[in-house]
Amino acid sequence: MADKTIYLDFEEPIYKLESKIQELKSCCDDKLAKDFNKEIANLERKTKRLLEETYTKLTPWQKVCVARHANRPHSIDYIHALIDNFMPMAGDKLFGDDEAIVGGMGFFKGQSVMIIGHEKGHDLESRIRHGFGMAKPEGYRKAKRLMELANRFGLPIISLVDTAGAFPGIEGEERGQAEAIASCIMEGFTLNVPYIAVVIGEGGSGGAIAIASANRILMLEHSIYSVISPEGCASILWRDGAAVKKAATALHLTAQDLYKFGVIDEIITEPLGGAHRFRDETIERTGEVIWKHLAELKKMTPEELAKDRENKFLTMTRFELK
Amino acid sequence: MNWLLDYVRPKLSVAKTEKDVPDNLWDKCPQCDAMVYGQELAKNLYVCPHCGYHLYLRPRKRLNMLFDNSEYTYLETPQVKEDPLNFRDTKDYRTKLKSAREKTKFDEAFVAAYGKMGGHGVVIGVMNFNFIGGSMGIAVGEGIVQAAQFAVKHHMPLILVTASGGARMQEGILSLMQMARTTLAIKLLKDQRLPYIAVLTNPTTGGVSASFAMLGDVTVAEPDALIAFAGARVIKETIKADLPAGFQKAEYLKKHGMVDMIVNRKELREKLICLLNLLGNTFVKGE
Repeated sequence: MADKTIYLDFEEPIYKLESKIQELKSCCDDKLAKDFNKEIANLERKTKRLLEETYTKLTPWQKVCVARHANRPHSIDYIHALIDNFMPMAGDKLFGDDEAIVGGMGFFKGQSVMIIGHEKGHDLESRIRHGFGMAKPEGYRKAKRLMELANRFGLPIISLVDTAGAFPGIEGEERGQAEAIASCIMEGFTLNVPYIAVVIGEGGSGGAIAIASANRILMLEHSIYSVISPEGCASILWRDGAAVKKAATALHLTAQDLYKFGVIDEIITEPLGGAHRFRDETIERTGEVIWKHLAELKKMTPEELAKDRENKFLTMTRFELK
Repeated sequence: MNWLLDYVRPKLSVAKTEKDVPDNLWDKCPQCDAMVYGQELAKNLYVCPHCGYHLYLRPRKRLNMLFDNSEYTYLETPQVKEDPLNFRDTKDYRTKLKSAREKTKFDEAFVAAYGKMGGHGVVIGVMNFNFIGGSMGIAVGEGIVQAAQFAVKHHMPLILVTASGGARMQEGILSLMQMARTTLAIKLLKDQRLPYIAVLTNPTTGGVSASFAMLGDVTVAEPDALIAFAGARVIKETIKADLPAGFQKAEYLKKHGMVDMIVNRKELREKLICLLNLLGNTFVKGE
């Protein structure tokens, strides 16, 4: 876990204030400490105000940066905090185990569930091991296998979406990346158990929707979900890599945009300053919201759950015409 | 009384506007560079008579080629919200749509029709690569959903002929959702045990390949068609090495077990009819 805060470009004023506070706090002189306490309290108030100003008005591109923040809690962090007796499971039983997708069974507030998520890793070693959260076909086939298993035993499924996209490479292509994603989406529609998807960070295109054809789709306040990365969009449509900010705005990729379009069901509010500053609190809140939706879905019969998902996606993007 | 008895002649209004003769009397084969007389190319279903390269076949010609006696009825193009994001890059998305419509004489990048094929009632949907790269936005997704629903309602198999660069970026997340919606469309057929045959033509990539295109009960590809998830350029830039010969071509996909068969265009209709005959027992009921 990264213990040192990483500041984003637009957080420079916050960085200045927080380092000043640190500086004052590290002063051990008792005589001076009294005076400093006042100053520290003052600075802390200022920081809070600044965080509020910044984080209530994040631009789409700033949200992209926050969604990708290295200190943001990842799937493994959610699993550790929310799931008891977690039994990790590996492999697609066809080719291998892709750790870009982690998953397994465990108890969520006493209810046995299957939890599946993209995992980006938190340092160089783990990032490499988890393939930077970009899953290969075997990753999606593992997800599909776990969904099938959950369905057979009546376990609700929680998926955590956090990927830049599916792995683009020769191995992926030759092992059928497209087929693996398509089949994983399809699997979601065949389930008779509650299926809840939460975009916790980056919802990158096909690699994300593979594990999000769910009954409920939730998004963290500063997470994003898009058909293409702003970088990709900028280079294709603007032919200019520097147009990322424009592309981020044009793509309408924020949780707020998606809620407005009726693509997602609920936005999970992040503590002021973002999930990366208040990891435990964010995870706890997320757990509460998942639990609420799970309780609602558990009232449905297996057939109703499948029908609910079908109706949700059949009517999605059918907007009223003027 | 069934749909066969209410058979409506093809709506020629759509068909008439598309030119039968290419702009140039002579066409150059992109593969072997041979100059081919336009009419000869058309007669040969746009397959180069010299090297066998499969050039792009426009939707109307594709439908004419597949249906019995070239008789079919278009399904109504679904009305969807246009430009839901108010998207603007260097050009207005609305302007792009307008010029695509003028160029192709079609409303969108997908068109579906029903009719008979080898005597079987069938719904065939075709993607239009000339319409913004055949990209899939709400209209294409909705078209596929409705084609599938029509097939289910009338108990017919579905054939989808793909040609697409992937999702329509200008519709953002709403185009991504079409991956799920078109996958669901295929599930509606599967639930009724109705056959769905995917015919992959050049090119079939991105979000289209990673949804309905790869979910056929039988997957047919045209020779040499590019079928991919990630673009070759992206992969090349990522790995900074050369790609294997024939990478992401239909033959490569078949070798890796992702495509059932590669069929020359001239034999496509015959092979599809054969597949419908074989799978037909599941959908012809009590006759």
